[in-house]
Amino acid sequence: MQLGRVIGTVVATVKYDGLEGIKLLIVQPLDRHQEPEGRPVVAADGVHMAGPGELIYFVGSREAAQALPETFVPVDHAIVGIVDATEELATGGA
Amino acid sequence: MKVGRVVGTVVSTINSPVFDYRKLLLCDLLGPDGEATGGYTIAVDAIDAGAGEMVLIIDEGNGARQIVGQDPAPIRAVVVGVVDEMTVDGAAVIAPGT
Repeated sequence: MQLGRVIGTVVATVKYDGLEGIKLLIVQPLDRHQEPEGRPVVAADGVHMAGPGELIYFVGSREAAQALPETFVPVDHAIVGIVDATEELATGGA
Repeated sequence: MKVGRVVGTVVSTINSPVFDYRKLLLCDLLGPDGEATGGYTIAVDAIDAGAGEMVLIIDEGNGARQIVGQDPAPIRAVVVGVVDEMTVDGAAVIAPGT
């Protein structure tokens, strides 16, 4: 899973069965320091509450579809959580 | 599986059900030389790994779902072990106690 920021939305009325009612959001992947990294992707909103500008985390590949009510749909990225906080841990001696 | 180092945690209250009551660890991914590769992943903690520890991360859905015992579930990365030592080409790249 990776960090991401919601930067936009996609509306598609004609789409594959099972994708009805699924919010499609444009997500900019972030690196560990929350800096943009890589190309934005269109992700299904698995938590139905992610809004523009929010810091989220998303999963890719087959598991993305398992975040949706209908799990056998062509979805390869899905938002699975909204980040409240990230905390860098001091990596001192073990 | 991948080797990583726990460098942070991610706190989330609004998330897919599989992540409820589970700790999310921010892990740098390490290469065969034991150094950070620049990549990272957010992994569910299944073994109470601590800060800075070298860990073993599975990044595959089927195995992850067996660990958390939920299906279907949008989960792939799970911390499944703490690395004590890693030796490559005869040289210890992760020595005990680091």
